[in-house]
Order: sequence, then structure tokens, then C-alpha cells
Amino acid sequence: MIEMENLYKSFEDLEVLKGVSLQVKRGEILGLIGGSGHGKTVILKHVAGLMRPDRGHVYIDGKDVYGLRGGELQELRSRLGFLFQSGALFSSLTVFDNVAFPLREKTRLGEEEIREKVITALEQVGLRGAEDKYPAQISGGMIKRTALARSVVRNPEIMLFDEPTTGLDPVIAHTILDLVKSIHKDLGFTGIIVSHELLRVFQTVQKVAMLHDGVILFVGTPEEIMASRDPVVQQFITEALPLRNFRQEEQLGRKE
Amino acid sequence: MKCKNVISAGMVLGLQGFYTLNRFGSTALLGPMVALSLIKELGPVLSALMVTGRAGSAMTAEIGIMRITEQIDAIELMGLNPFRYLVVPRFLAGILAMPLLTAIFDVVGIFGGYLVGVKLLGIGEGTYFGEMANYVRIQDITEGIYKSVSFGVLISWVSCYKGYHVGFGAEGVSKATTQAVVLSSVLILFWDYVLTSALF
Repeated sequence: MIEMENLYKSFEDLEVLKGVSLQVKRGEILGLIGGSGHGKTVILKHVAGLMRPDRGHVYIDGKDVYGLRGGELQELRSRLGFLFQSGALFSSLTVFDNVAFPLREKTRLGEEEIREKVITALEQVGLRGAEDKYPAQISGGMIKRTALARSVVRNPEIMLFDEPTTGLDPVIAHTILDLVKSIHKDLGFTGIIVSHELLRVFQTVQKVAMLHDGVILFVGTPEEIMASRDPVVQQFITEALPLRNFRQEEQLGRKE
Repeated sequence: MKCKNVISAGMVLGLQGFYTLNRFGSTALLGPMVALSLIKELGPVLSALMVTGRAGSAMTAEIGIMRITEQIDAIELMGLNPFRYLVVPRFLAGILAMPLLTAIFDVVGIFGGYLVGVKLLGIGEGTYFGEMANYVRIQDITEGIYKSVSFGVLISWVSCYKGYHVGFGAEGVSKATTQAVVLSSVLILFWDYVLTSALF
């Protein structure tokens, strides 16, 4: 469904992607992990066609994203939901209007149906009652949840989540990933999640890829990555999973 | 605020015009002088410069902030054309609002000239307005309208372009806003010369 082939991307002198190749099968969620500044968001933006690679291709259903023009690209994007790291809510619209925006502009639904869908989506993310607030009047976590509601309200076939849980408290973060899981169960979208919440992400995704220094260092199931012997993967997992870290230290302590 | 500026411009024009015309003994022509200067030149140009400072800078800053906060990317990713939502309405607003604001500028400016010429310096009211009606042709008014419409296009175009292609962060927005105001102002003055030479 999504296929990245040898992506290279530089920003001035900084080479961020150095030949990234990845595949995400239909109905599968891929967890993309890696250190900050290693290019995870850049990969998502390449998949969505917001950035063009210096070399390489991204194919969605066999179609080269960078070969699409005008209407074709808009058509592809209509099937896509993107949760931005910053939320990217329209600052001049209320929470309700933000979530209703794609429905009003891209569907022929009546205002009553739109209202029902928006209210359901806002209930799912726990934002019932905040409909009339503007993005400047709500917290960062609420912005992210509104953005999540907006990105899934049209039931997209492909979902790209850029750090959906960053900046949220553990309870909300858990709720968000549970929600992603349940929407995936209902709709069966194909998705990529960029996140640092490894423990919860591993429970949500079917496949994990680790980006390190501009290349994909590892691709496999969550169980496989946990068992990986690669020292870089090992170090990242250990640092990112405090519980595992704690248990290892505990075991070491016992041995001593 | 705008009216205060405009009335001052008309008053200065009235004052300067009176003393200049007085040297030639033609103070009766103060009305047409003020009106023609405003309708053909100062009205369109000064209102365009004011609109650049107030609305043009706001257009660039607003679109620029939408760009750096990924709101424009969000519109694109909904399969929508951001130009339709961000540029087209501002373009139409520029084309419609500029001639209207210029017309207000002209009227208020002529009134400022009237205050100085008639009320302060003692030219007859009938002379001020009567001579104006004799000398101002309909072509002079349409020339002013053409100019103001083209300035509306220019301001919206430059301001939207600079906002759309903004650099990074708050600094990028501030640079783009400054560039939009400077470029629009320079282009307004240059295009004014081109149009004046073409329309005469």
C-alpha cells in the first residue's frame, strides 16, 4: 500500500534521509521510532507529498506520489488523514468548526449529519463541551485531541500520526493510542505512527521500524525489535523503556 | 485614523496650492487643483500606501503564520486548494476595497482643501466647487479608479505571495511582512508612473 524507495533528502548541508526504503502493507500500522532530529517527520511529510525527496520515490497503491498532478494529488490526499505534531488547527475557527471543516468542504453531508459526526468524534477524544472554544483558549493536549478528531472524522484509508502523544499526560496518551487502536479495528486504515511512547506504541502497531542516522536500521514486529541484538537498537529501546531498564537494573542488582 | 490622515493631506494640499497659485494670481483655481491632484494621483497612491501598511502587512503576517504553524499544509492534506481559501478572497477584497477607499480618500481630501481654502483663506465656496466642476472630467475619475484597482491587485498579490512563501519561524514572518510592505510600496510608485504615462 505505502512503499518508500531509496529516499534521500538534504536541508542545505544537512543530509537527513540517506536512502530510506520501507513498506507498509494494507491495513497495517507501522510504528516509526528513532531519536529526535533523525527525520521521522520528514518521512511522514514525504509520504503525504508535502516534501519532495532529492532522490527516490514514494508509491501509494502503486502510484508515484511525486508523479501526481493537481486533481490526482488532491484525490490521493482526500483518502489521507494526517495528525500534525503541532495540531495545525485553524486558529480562526472553533474546535467544532475545525473538526467540521473537512466534512463541510469535502463531503455533501447536511449540517445536521455533520453535527452528529463532529459531536461523536469529539466525544471519542473526550472534548465534548469544548466545541465553542478557539484553539488559543484550549491546552496543548486538547489541541492535539481536536486535531486527532479532525484527522479521523472523514474515516481516511491512510493515517499518518506525527507524535500523537507527545506533550500529553499518561492517561490521555493512553486514551489516544487506545482510540487509534479502536478506530483501526473499526476502519482498518493503513497507518504510520511516529512516537517516543514505545511501550504503548508497541501495543498498537503490527510492525516497527527504527530510523537512525538517516537510514532504517531495523524493521520487524515489536517482539523482534525487543529481542534485537543490534547495540544501537538495544540502547534506544533500553533508554526509551524505563520499565525494561528498571527490570534489567533490578536483575543485575540481584546477580551482584 | 485614516480620515484624520486624509483630511490633513487635503488641508496641506489646499494650503500649498493656495500660496503657489497666489503667485500667479490664480487662487480661484484652488478647487480644481486640489481635486485633480487627489483624484488622479494622491488619492489612489496614498490610499494604496495606507492599505499596504495596514491590510497588506496583515495579509502577509496572517498567511505567514498559517504557513509556519502548518495550517496551510493541513488544508492541502484535506485535498483542498489553499489558494481558494486564503488567496482568492483577499484578492477579491483588494480589488473591491481599493477603489472604494480611494473614493473616500478623494472626498475627504477635497473637504480638507475646502476647510483651508474656503474657511481659512477666504476663497468663495462657489468658486472652489464651481471651478472644480468645470475642470474635472470623467476621464480623470476613471483614471483614478483604474489606478486604484491595479494597486489593489498589486498589494494583494505581493502580500499573499510573501506570506505564502515565508521563511522559518517568527523571524521569517517578520521579514516577509517587511518585504511585502517595502516591495508593495515601491511597486505602487513605479506602477503609478507607468500607468500615468500610459493613460495620458
